[in-house]
Amino acid sequence: MSDALKELGAHIEMQRPDCVLGWDVAYGELNVDVALSNIVAFVEWLKTDATCKFNTLVDITAVDYPERAKRFDVVYHFLSMYQNHRVRVRVATREDDVVPSITPVHPSANWFEREVFDMFGILFSGHPDLRRLLTDYGFRGHPLRKDFPTTGYTEVRYDEEQKRVVYEPVKLVQEYRQFDFMSPWEGAEYILPGDEKSKANG
Amino acid sequence: MMDGAKFDDALTGEQKIRNFNLNFGPQHPAAHGVLRLVLELDGEIVERVDPHIGLLHRGTEKLMESRTYLQNLPYLDRLDYVAPMNQEHAWCLAIEKLTGTVVPRRASLIRVLFSEIGRILNHLLNVTTQAMDVGALTPPLWGFEEREKLMIFYERACGARLHAAYFRPGGVHQDLPPALIDDIEDWAKNEFPQFMEDLDGLLTENRIFKQRNADIGVVTEEDIQEWGFSGVMVRGSGLAWDLRRAQPYECYDEFDFQIPVGKNGDCYDRYLVRMEEMRQSIHIILQAVEKLRMPENQGDVLARGKMTPPKRGEMKTSMEALIHHFKLYTEGFHVPEGEVYAAVEAPKGEFGVYIKSDGSNKPYRAKLRAPGYLHLQAMDHLTRGHQLADVAAIIGTMDVVFGEIDR
Repeated sequence: MSDALKELGAHIEMQRPDCVLGWDVAYGELNVDVALSNIVAFVEWLKTDATCKFNTLVDITAVDYPERAKRFDVVYHFLSMYQNHRVRVRVATREDDVVPSITPVHPSANWFEREVFDMFGILFSGHPDLRRLLTDYGFRGHPLRKDFPTTGYTEVRYDEEQKRVVYEPVKLVQEYRQFDFMSPWEGAEYILPGDEKSKANG
Repeated sequence: MMDGAKFDDALTGEQKIRNFNLNFGPQHPAAHGVLRLVLELDGEIVERVDPHIGLLHRGTEKLMESRTYLQNLPYLDRLDYVAPMNQEHAWCLAIEKLTGTVVPRRASLIRVLFSEIGRILNHLLNVTTQAMDVGALTPPLWGFEEREKLMIFYERACGARLHAAYFRPGGVHQDLPPALIDDIEDWAKNEFPQFMEDLDGLLTENRIFKQRNADIGVVTEEDIQEWGFSGVMVRGSGLAWDLRRAQPYECYDEFDFQIPVGKNGDCYDRYLVRMEEMRQSIHIILQAVEKLRMPENQGDVLARGKMTPPKRGEMKTSMEALIHHFKLYTEGFHVPEGEVYAAVEAPKGEFGVYIKSDGSNKPYRAKLRAPGYLHLQAMDHLTRGHQLADVAAIIGTMDVVFGEIDR
């Protein structure tokens, strides 16, 4: 299985050296890193090349790494029903970069890109209809970014006096519980009261 | 007005008709949940469809980032609540792929058994409610009775009718009692085939049902590639694509079953494919029951180790086991760093889980890939040029459930 994938990875790199920044096989899956500007041409080539034949777009998503300069990874999954193999394509992008849309190649990318825009705020150029998809009408912010709080900023309720649903800033009766289960000697860095000096001196 | 600048007054009443927009849902019984469609109609012909989804968006993926792998498992039940265990399966497979866990044989068989029960649960709901969408009321009443029996099997295995949380990373939560295996066999052998015959007699040759479904929403091979279809939407058009066969997971490769395919790719063929898939599932269930009774397939149902709790008896005597149990249910287990995508052939199509792990006890990012999402996306493409009444038939055949689409 992984030998076939390694062969495929080598084939992709040999045919498109201008696009591929690197590839590896991990957990029995092929990952290919691609440069941002070449993504559309690369995806189109993956679709038409006889060895690859990645006709089906399985998924597009993104991962947020706030500490990186290129903050987001846009992750594409492709499947070939004819060759029976899969590939994952990763594109690193900055927050203010615009990713070229692959909707001309795969019409099914439409909603996936809308969702990524909705959840992460990544813009796609050449997308026919880049509106929010899953969040509420008039929603602000991009919920799946790491700096967006899980509770959100607003809450809604039906107001009996105004006879309509009203938006209010979120009020929590109890602080949202983000447990830190790591054992104190492995994970978290606690500042114990009275313990600040030991660090400052040593 | 005689200079010829305006001819409005010369238009007949018929010519003055223009396209109008119709809001369908979100509270429409044929919308299968909370789907809102904005339809642009020319008379009764649909010109454009704009599905508005997200009315059931609960932010599952965001919530998953702050919970441990085990705590996230029940969220998977709440996606496609028609066949909950099939979703859990994908989650468990992804974690097992990351950690390299080998599932015990007996657990693997139980998983196959309950995945197929899930498939029947789903297809029963879909076939019968589609009949309701096109005007028949009896099938759903009959179908729900059978579904109730299946949910009792769910309940007897794990204690919950719907939100099972039964498949766990490393196996299944508990072993099945022998009486349950007997009852499942009895149901599959003696009760369900009779019901299928009744349902078949009620629908398959029904004139109205046929007229409403045949040649509606035809899916071609090209559509499948362009729109990323999977599951019955593919098989209804003659492509024998099934992940259970093409990329076998669990122990599906040992089971003997056929993959039914359609010919014309219309709603009626997809109905026939679903009916046949239910019969094939029964076939698999009977094989699984037989295998579960074999002496070599007895034994533990959890791969004992870091990811699974110790046995109850051990906890009473061993301090280490007690500590392990406590740590497992508070801190949870850690999985190695990396990213995986695991997919199962859920009843609706390919259900996938993408996990990006940073080596901690929580997923750094989890993405749930729902088959219905892509099917619904093609709504505009499939419905264009059909009658308004066919919209309901096409939604029915796409098998959309908003738990998984909106997440």
